[in-house]
Amino acid sequence: MTAASLTGADSRTEVPLKRRLKRAERARQLKALALVVPLLLFLLFTFAGPIAGMLWRAVDDPEVRQVLPQTVAALASWDGKDLPDERAYAALAGDIQAARAAGTIAIAAKRLNYALNGFRTILTSTARNLKTMPEPGTAKEALGKINPAWRERATWTTIKDAGGPVTSFYLLGALDLVRNADGAIVAAPPDQAIYREVFARTFLISLGVTALCLILGFPVAYLLATLPPGRSNLLMIFVLLPFWTSLLVRTCAWIVLLQSKGVVNDSLHWLGIIDEPLRLIYNRFGVCVAMTHVLLPFMILPLYSSMKAISPAYMRAAASLGAPPLTAFLRIYLPQTLPGIGAGCLLVFILALGYYITPALVGGAADQMISYFIALYTTETANWGLASALGAVLLLATILLALVYGKLVQGQQVTGGMKN
Amino acid sequence: MLKRKTGKIALGFVAAFTASAALATVAHARDLTVVSWGGAYQDAQKKAYFEPFKKTSGVAMNDESWDGGVGVLRAKVQGGAATWDLVQVESDELAVGCEEGLYEKLDYSKIGGEAAYIQPAVNPCGVGAILYDFVLGYDKDKLKDAPKGWADFFDTKKVPGKRGLRQGPKTTLEIALMADGVAPKDVYKVLATDEGVERAFKKLDTIKNDIVWWKAGAQPPQLLASGEVAMTSVYNGRIDSANKNEKKNFGIVWDGALFTLDSWVILKGSPNKDAAYKFLDFAGKADNQSKLSENIAYGTSNKDAAGKLQPAVLKDLPTAPDNIKNAIEINVAFWLENIDRLTERFNKWAAK
Repeated sequence: MTAASLTGADSRTEVPLKRRLKRAERARQLKALALVVPLLLFLLFTFAGPIAGMLWRAVDDPEVRQVLPQTVAALASWDGKDLPDERAYAALAGDIQAARAAGTIAIAAKRLNYALNGFRTILTSTARNLKTMPEPGTAKEALGKINPAWRERATWTTIKDAGGPVTSFYLLGALDLVRNADGAIVAAPPDQAIYREVFARTFLISLGVTALCLILGFPVAYLLATLPPGRSNLLMIFVLLPFWTSLLVRTCAWIVLLQSKGVVNDSLHWLGIIDEPLRLIYNRFGVCVAMTHVLLPFMILPLYSSMKAISPAYMRAAASLGAPPLTAFLRIYLPQTLPGIGAGCLLVFILALGYYITPALVGGAADQMISYFIALYTTETANWGLASALGAVLLLATILLALVYGKLVQGQQVTGGMKN
Repeated sequence: MLKRKTGKIALGFVAAFTASAALATVAHARDLTVVSWGGAYQDAQKKAYFEPFKKTSGVAMNDESWDGGVGVLRAKVQGGAATWDLVQVESDELAVGCEEGLYEKLDYSKIGGEAAYIQPAVNPCGVGAILYDFVLGYDKDKLKDAPKGWADFFDTKKVPGKRGLRQGPKTTLEIALMADGVAPKDVYKVLATDEGVERAFKKLDTIKNDIVWWKAGAQPPQLLASGEVAMTSVYNGRIDSANKNEKKNFGIVWDGALFTLDSWVILKGSPNKDAAYKFLDFAGKADNQSKLSENIAYGTSNKDAAGKLQPAVLKDLPTAPDNIKNAIEINVAFWLENIDRLTERFNKWAAK
């Protein structure tokens, strides 16, 4: 039956049925949309907006353009080969005079100092000593006399690079790269190249903690899923109790346990196993132990829920068909828990990547993860460009991992109808 | 009491970035809001300043606490919905925020004039509130011979055991240079050269494996109490309150102490400027300031405050003549210029 054959039957309206159907459909869709609008708006304002803002800050470069506008304009036509011409010097002198009156010199000085250490002094001392606007044609000479840095090409290329409106400076910095005076991207000086190492450290610690959680959590989840309800509930409370305890409390408890005159060292000493206290805290070991403890429930719960759904009949069937226990476990049981393993590992790993308090309190100076640096630049030194760039790199890496995970899980040929 | 910097976590981060996207809330009349560092210090301030001020002036005010970080203030002011009026800030927060225009320029004529305050306390954007020290702290019950200064701090043969230092280059490099024989007054001259920085790290190398790095002001007294470290750098007020409130027997070496000031600032665009000035005037008076020092071992900014104190109280203050004799002020200008570079350098060194 077609829509056209129906239209004549309906004398009340001229509108074809097909269109009315579409209209009704659209109204339904709109109603459904209206229901999720609050959530969408909430996500937009609290999640997507701030993240977009953060990403924007990683490339935004307004300070120098705002404080030294004439200089930036004058340098636009400069080829960067030799020193710029008198026009640029005069523009700079004018900008400095104006910025000094407005009290904005330090804003540009701060930004330029990131790129060239010592620039803060160059700019502030020049502003202090440039009492009057130099005579036309003598700006170059006058500025060079106040500070010899103005006779260096690098000083000027730094200003040109920082002229905005957008910059790759922070993102490159987050990857230990800098642009040299010729604009080529080169490795940062070795004593300042730390972020790649910190990212690697962050991933390594997260990976280690994830592996530890899996090794420790799997048997616990198995017990939870197979014990009779009474006892498994008791065990579940043991799993959830730390889960409900404050993170700070749990971290500090580890400090009490692991410090050199702590419970563990004292017990070992009393038993005569050690003479000197072992170093269990303020190092990598302490970070891994404390983080594993804190994140363990996130591994156990997904594992438990996937194991709970596995019927014991499968294992019995495998045994009755002659599979030894290990084979039955590896070929029948384990594949069915893979979704739980995947979910647990991803959850723990991504949570571990952003960990801050635990490594800050129980780690040494060489165990600080990327979150420590993001916090440091956000609140203490207020270098939001670098903080955002580090955050952006971390976000990108996390998204890539989640995508890889998605591909892996999709590629799984999980048996037993357990695919999710 | 000062700076539990670990508490700021993602909070500051989230605040910073949501502020940029947040809808500016409508400013409305509210009470004067004074923000300080919390803990024992804020309790002392309540006793000496907040409660008496409310009583005598009749101005309605409430107090909050924060964990520091100029990024937090930047987010507050730029977000256009600052809920704070008066904030107590550290010296680097004062300098950076002043440059960025986050604070109101102070009119000293409303708070007793510049001449009433000690010289380091006077700043166009803020007025000094307290003066406090990073000192060498140790446990008298555990160390028979008192250490003499930073040189002993680096001598693990003479005094075995671990050492506590604040994580990061600031204060750490100055301490290393003083331990290496640089006179306190020359520390920043030496540190301004590449050789000086090398020298500091080389000195740190000698005890690298014996250092426990602390991050929050509450940690060093705990490290001392638990015996984790034999000596540590620590805020002097923390040692004093551990001795008073927890019956500890901690000692302080004042020689080579690093002092710094915390200042009051009025956030830009505050709707309660007049009330804020009234408060600053009240908290700047010598009589009121001496009451603060009686409750907590910090020096204060009014020139005449120390003179109103009992000798027994004065001897434990950073501002006592004997204690400040060989102390140096942490050089804000130096750290503004070099903090990023030296932080990277420090972390490189730590990871080696």
